[in-house]
Amino acid sequence: MKHLPLRWATPLGLAAALVLSGCVENNASGSTAIAVTSTADDCQVESATATSGPVRFEVENTGDDVTEFYVLADDGLRIVGEVENIAAGASRDLTVQLQPGDYFTVCKPGMVGEGVGQSEFSVTGDDVKIDEGDKAAIDAAVASYTAYTKSQVAELVTGTKAFTDAYRAGNDDEARRLFPIARINYERVEPTAGNFGDLDPKIDYRKPGAEAEGLPFTGFHRIEMDLWIDEARINYPGEDIQPLDAAGRAAVADQLDGDIQSLYDQVHADDFELTVDDITNGAIGLLDEIAAPDGKLPGEENEFAHTDLYDFLANVEGAQVAYESVRDIAAANGSEGKDLVAELDEQFAAMKALLATYGSYEAGFVSYATVDQTARNALGAQLNALSEPLSQLTFTVLGVDPGE
Amino acid sequence: MAAVAAAGTAVGFGAARATSAGDADPSRSSHEFRGEHQAGITTPVQQHLYFASLDMTAGAGREDLVSLLKDWTSAAAQLTAGLEIGETGATDGSPLAPPDDTGEALGLGPHNLTLTFGLGPSLFDREGDPFGIAAQRPEALVPLPSFAFDLLEDSISDGDLCIQACADDPQVVVHAIRNLSRIAFGRAQVRWTRLGYGRTSRTSAGQQTPRNLFGFKDGTANVLSDDAEALERWVWADDGWMAGGSYLVARTIQMTIESWDRTRLQEQELVVGRTKGEGAPLSGGTEMTEPDFAMTSSTGDFAVPSTSHVRLAHPDTNDGVRLLRRGYNYVDGNNDLGQITAGLFFLSFQRDPAQFVQVQTSLKTDALNEYIRHIGSALYAVPPGARPGEHIAQGLFEA
Repeated sequence: MKHLPLRWATPLGLAAALVLSGCVENNASGSTAIAVTSTADDCQVESATATSGPVRFEVENTGDDVTEFYVLADDGLRIVGEVENIAAGASRDLTVQLQPGDYFTVCKPGMVGEGVGQSEFSVTGDDVKIDEGDKAAIDAAVASYTAYTKSQVAELVTGTKAFTDAYRAGNDDEARRLFPIARINYERVEPTAGNFGDLDPKIDYRKPGAEAEGLPFTGFHRIEMDLWIDEARINYPGEDIQPLDAAGRAAVADQLDGDIQSLYDQVHADDFELTVDDITNGAIGLLDEIAAPDGKLPGEENEFAHTDLYDFLANVEGAQVAYESVRDIAAANGSEGKDLVAELDEQFAAMKALLATYGSYEAGFVSYATVDQTARNALGAQLNALSEPLSQLTFTVLGVDPGE
Repeated sequence: MAAVAAAGTAVGFGAARATSAGDADPSRSSHEFRGEHQAGITTPVQQHLYFASLDMTAGAGREDLVSLLKDWTSAAAQLTAGLEIGETGATDGSPLAPPDDTGEALGLGPHNLTLTFGLGPSLFDREGDPFGIAAQRPEALVPLPSFAFDLLEDSISDGDLCIQACADDPQVVVHAIRNLSRIAFGRAQVRWTRLGYGRTSRTSAGQQTPRNLFGFKDGTANVLSDDAEALERWVWADDGWMAGGSYLVARTIQMTIESWDRTRLQEQELVVGRTKGEGAPLSGGTEMTEPDFAMTSSTGDFAVPSTSHVRLAHPDTNDGVRLLRRGYNYVDGNNDLGQITAGLFFLSFQRDPAQFVQVQTSLKTDALNEYIRHIGSALYAVPPGARPGEHIAQGLFEA
């Protein structure tokens, strides 16, 4: 467990002012070409290996729906490159700079859900040198993270629908099972969703937050209150909390689906843009969401369901994807960048290892109500160990003079 | 001692102004961090305290501990000189990065800040000895036994490390602990802290004896900084890497303020064994008059009652044992019953914790016990001062 000293760097000018937009340039020159066929239920990639450097995927859509093609990092989450809006019968190319390592390829016919035909893809050869301060590298990072945000929100649409369907139908056990699962995609990109000021309050406000702002209490936590109504009556003993009838359930479920669809529409709009600042500051913002007084660490986020550990891990995963999309740029910024990257790699791993002692999405996490104060303090200590170096990421990515 | 140390060749931004003899601005008065002994023990007691106990983070090893002590040493040298910490301070860094220094002490001056670091028994006891120091554990560093009337809470007791920050400005001590605990993230985290105000002891002859929250003068018979013989005998350790160091006992003593305030004056004085106004022993004289424990009153009772605090705590009752006390008053809001949560944050330095154990054992029959409860307890080995080029507790790692 190495620790970074206080940042002893020389302050530098405003290389920082650069704000970059996230358009994907698919330059095909001088790269290996690999054919990809996206069908209704599969994603055939001509070769499962490639040599490091620029790799060009020529994606043909033989299905009936509009499709997308993704190259994912070895965690299956971070998007290294993607090409979207491939109409039925059409072809589009994706060119990405691939470092040696393991990846996944996947297609997404219909452009929502988890995708089909996910396959392993490996890259061998030498490390591709990233030019410090390289605008192309930053463009690629922004494009990668923007694509990640879009895909998370797309999965959120289907995940939320499954949850609200179970809830509408009165399958409460199933709805309770799906509640923390549906939220994972939201929690991974929470700061981006929070940028659409009117949506986050409708989707994710807690009961006290909605009441304090005089807003109707809607969204995930409204349904949570109904599904764990005994807990709600304990938390708010002075209130007459009644279960919702079928019409009441349909109303809040429809509204949540609609609000999530609005979020989808906004992040998939032509003018949706993220900057590299959004990525690095979004990463620390995600960790702040965990530690906040009404966040996961104090167990206030899901005050009825006590599923805070799902949200905790999702916030950490979202922060890690943001970090990893700029990791190579940071690593290229001298010994300071190398040290920061080494520290962050270690602390992300330690944070996830500690969370894994409480469960997983698949096997389920323990109720946060069973996590005592000593254990919460240990989670908080590890979160601090991660947050402190992460707060240096923006500076290291944008503020360090590569010549230093 | 207590010389107003010149910040001298301070470099960089926000340099503390060098203090010259003719400079009377007390906010600029400072104490050198490095030296034979750590500052903050015999240093004239300042008005404000912020004390922090920290635990090493799970998984931390020897390298983490050493790097933390190094980073604390360099930051402490800056803080005690009234400098901003880090290389770019509070405002001179990149606008894209969080500042090195949190900034709330900008322009305040050092205000006699001292930072005193200690190591708890649990640091040496850790399973698997991750810090590689178990063999260097001082013999004297054994956890304190239980005492009568202890009502200790784990959450405000013990700890692997401690930092005692004392200064004449409350913001200065808060700034110091806040920044030192920030530096520790990933290696150590705060276990408990205590904010204190209004020194309850004096450590130099020139200081008035202050009063504690019972309204009585406290620490009249303290070991003073100009009493070299007493310091050698009762305060400075002389064993191995701890030579020149000391042992610190920290006890949070809650006072049942409301009960005390309903006690008649005569009873208060009999409980303490001194007069409330002058602070003279009940055997007569003035504050500095030695108590005459043999004197009896017309009723045949001892003038200084056998259960009085001053008698039971006095060196005469304890084989001559003395402590260097450095406590502070504290107020921490109120409890659910509307009672003020307040008391004495007792701090004593001694060459061996056994001195404290002896005195505290004597206090078993102290009439004052009716009005106090010990709710927090901790013991630390306070290493000698860091010499130039050294870090805190360097000797421990070279032993």
